[in-house]
Formats: sequence, structure tokens, C-alpha cells
Amino acid sequence: MRIVWIRMGVIAATVLAVEALCQSGIIDPFTMIPPSEMIAELVSMLVSGEHHDDIALTLTNVGIALVLAVTVGFAAGAILFVMPRVRRVVDPLLASYYAIPIFVFYPLFIVLFGLNRYPQIMIGFLLAVVAMIINTLNGFDRVPRVLLKTARVHRLGRMRTISLIILPYATLYIFTGLKLAVAYSFIGVIAAEFILSGDGMGYEINFAYNNFDNQTMYPLILLILIIATVINMGLYTWEKWFRQRQTER
Amino acid sequence: MVAHAVLQDVTKVYPGAGHRGSVEALGQVNLTLSMGEFFSIVGPSGCGKSTLLEIVAGLQSATSGTFTFEGQPVDGKVPDGIGVVFQEDASFPWLTVRDNIAFGLRRQGVPREEVARRVDYALGLMGLREFASAYPAQLSGGMRQRVCIARTLVLEPRLILLDEPFGALDQQTRLLMGDELLKLWRETGATVLLITHALDEAAMLSDRIGVMSARPGCFLEIVETGWPADRDSRIVERPELARITGRLWTRLREESLKAMSEDRVTS
Repeated sequence: MRIVWIRMGVIAATVLAVEALCQSGIIDPFTMIPPSEMIAELVSMLVSGEHHDDIALTLTNVGIALVLAVTVGFAAGAILFVMPRVRRVVDPLLASYYAIPIFVFYPLFIVLFGLNRYPQIMIGFLLAVVAMIINTLNGFDRVPRVLLKTARVHRLGRMRTISLIILPYATLYIFTGLKLAVAYSFIGVIAAEFILSGDGMGYEINFAYNNFDNQTMYPLILLILIIATVINMGLYTWEKWFRQRQTER
Repeated sequence: MVAHAVLQDVTKVYPGAGHRGSVEALGQVNLTLSMGEFFSIVGPSGCGKSTLLEIVAGLQSATSGTFTFEGQPVDGKVPDGIGVVFQEDASFPWLTVRDNIAFGLRRQGVPREEVARRVDYALGLMGLREFASAYPAQLSGGMRQRVCIARTLVLEPRLILLDEPFGALDQQTRLLMGDELLKLWRETGATVLLITHALDEAAMLSDRIGVMSARPGCFLEIVETGWPADRDSRIVERPELARITGRLWTRLREESLKAMSEDRVTS
């Protein structure tokens, strides 16, 4: 508990220091607005509904990219697990996947899909899906042999072994994939909006930046930080609940 | 005595892969287990004890020879009536102790009241009643092993196979677990086949002990202990125990040395 308070204290002190630096003019208002103003602007922005469409669009795009990445990633992981030969072929590609900057394909996706939400969803999906595949495989790999032998002793068939033994054991590892997929979908979609787009939170931040509109840019950045933090805290609490029951062995 | 399980001329050879030659794990093994007897197998490490147990459990097929359980041949498929407890922790970490124990019963479609009754009985017998709602991660190694034994026991197996189930436990816990195992054996009337590397454990628990040779493993001698059925760990005081353990060791010493020198050559 003490650690939590220390952590909160550090965050509060940093925010207060930035506030003081902004208010005293050491950081000029063209560079950054004080955190208190960011909060006030964010509240009025949310109340006025000025950017509701952009916020809704970005969150839906992230949601679609995430759901696709989690389902396709899990299915692909499961298929590779039961097909070791295919896995041997694909393994080096999976291992080096994140060395490729996925964003280089963004122009290609715009050509393919047009300048709409789909290229951004595609980038979010491609960034997230392999993290899900790798962690699904890791979860399945870690199921101890003795549990598989126990399944045979209980005369479980292939499908019941998967649903009653392998999946429950692997859940914790697959969860790590889910956490990464959430982060990657956010990064992919918002960054793509930054690069080239006509709407969405990333686009609005970029637009505000180009127009020296700090009163819009900082509140939107703050909103993204708040959303990401809340989602992560939710996932963290869920994971902690899991871990309490199932410690790593 | 009625023959319950019979191993006849069973051998096991693992085929070689790449530059590794084939491994002859089991020589010719012959053994007849009588209904309700407690039989232990001791032998040097790597002599094929666990392979033998897996053949009996139906988890592996023999290369040649036959294994029959209650008159039916067993070959690579786990037959009804056989329960196995492994050395490693095989408790399901995502289930509570109660759900762990009920696992097999639920799979068999046993009615809910019957499941509850049998699980309660097993919880009581294994001293786990207070921990029914705990998860394995919250229990000690010995307690988790008890959960695994209880999970096997509730299915009322007629042949219980134990592969070094107390291997990871300290000596005192082992003695107490041995007592519990004997109690369980008496109450269920099941035939027990125990694999152990602890000679005193085999000497204390068993009616008969099979001493295995170094690889390829086969029985060098079957030692009869002559203990009464109502024995428990207090027989450690008896001089006969030391005599039996001594006899096992005399038989095993050469074999263990052989196994050790083979290990050195291969490693």
C-alpha cells in the first residue's frame, strides 16, 4: 500500500511542478498549457460535444482492430500449435515480425482501401495480431506434460483436453497477449490517424498541433492518456484476480 | 490369491532418432499382481520403472509382450478402473480443491449429490476438508499431492498406480503420507503398484517389492515383507524393516553403480 502512495505522490509532484513552471512563465504557453487548464479545457470539450465524433470513431476503430487481432491471433496460434510443421516454417517470421515497421505499408493500405477507417484498422490489427499469436502459442507450450497425461488417464478426448485442460491453463499467458494487443491497437490506429486521415483523435491532435491550437491538442492528449490508463488498470485488476488463483510454476 | 493384473514378457524399446541409437528401456518383465496387494518397484534411476508404470496405465504401448488387467489386454489406452498419481504436481491450478477432486466424477456424469458425497468423503480421508475452497497455489507440495491422490481415489479405481508420488516431499511428510496411503489402501481394497526410489518407503509400505536391474530393466528379485495388513509407519522401529531395506540395497548396489557409470559414459 505504501508503494502506491509513493507512486501517487511522485505523479502529483510532477504535475504540480509542471503547473508551477507553466504558471510562472518558465514554460511559455505556446509550448505547453498548465495541467489545470488542460483539465478545464477537456471538461468543456467533453461537455460541448465538439470532438465526440472523433473520439467515438477512434475508439470504435481501436475496438474493431482489437477484436479482430484477438480472435484471428488466438485462432492462428491454436492452428500453429496443432500443426508443428507449419509452425516451424512460420516461426522465424513471427520472431522477426516486430523488426518490420508496419507503418511502411500504410500508403499501400490507403491505395487498397481508400482514405477511410479501414487502413487504420488494418495497421492496428497488424501491430496487435502477432503479439496475440506468440502469446497464445506460449500459453499452449507451457501446459505441463503431466496435465496432458492426467487428461489421458481421465480418458478425455482431444476436444475436451483442449477445452478442459489446455485452455484453462494457458489463459494467463494468453492474457498477456490480450494486454499487448490492446496497447498495439491503440498505437496503430492513433498513429495512422496522425500520419494521414481526415478524422479521429490522432488526426485532431495533429491538426491542432499544426495550428498552434494548444487548447485542443493538450486536452486530447490528456484524454488518450486517461483512456489508456483506465483500460490498463482494468486489465491489471483482472489479471491480478487470475494470478491470485494461479501462480506461475 | 486372484490375479488382478499380469505383465507377460513385456519389453520396451525406444527407436533411435538421428545419430542416436535405439534405447532398450525394458528387458523382459514378468509380473502378476494379486487382487488387493500392495506391490512396490525399486530400481536404479533410468531403469525403466516409469516406463513400466506407463505401460500398465495404458499411456504407452509395450514393444512386445502383453499386459492384461482383469483379464482384458491393455495396449496404449487407459482402461476403466485404473487410477494414476504422478510424481509431478498434477493438480489443476484453475480449480479449487473441491473441483479438482470432483473433476473425474463430473466427466463421468455422476449425479450431483453422489459427486458431493464422494468428494466430501475424500476430503475427510485426505485431511483436506478445511481447504475445500482453496486453490492449489495456496497449498504446500504435500497438500497438492493429497489433492491428486483424492482426485484419483474418488473414482474408486481397482488398481492404483503411484509414480514416486512422495518424491518431492521431506522425510517426515513422506512417512505420514505413507500412513495415509496404507489407510486408503485398506479402506478401498484396491491393488496398489507404487514406484519409489526410497528403499525404506518400499520396505515399510509393501506386501511385495520388485527389485529392478539397471537398463534394460527387468526384475532381479521379488522380496516378500510379511507385514500384517494393519501396519503403519510405526514399524520403522522394527528390526525386520532394517533387514528388508538392507536386502534391497544389497541387491541394488551393483545395479546402481552400473547405472551411474552408464550415465557418465552417455553424458
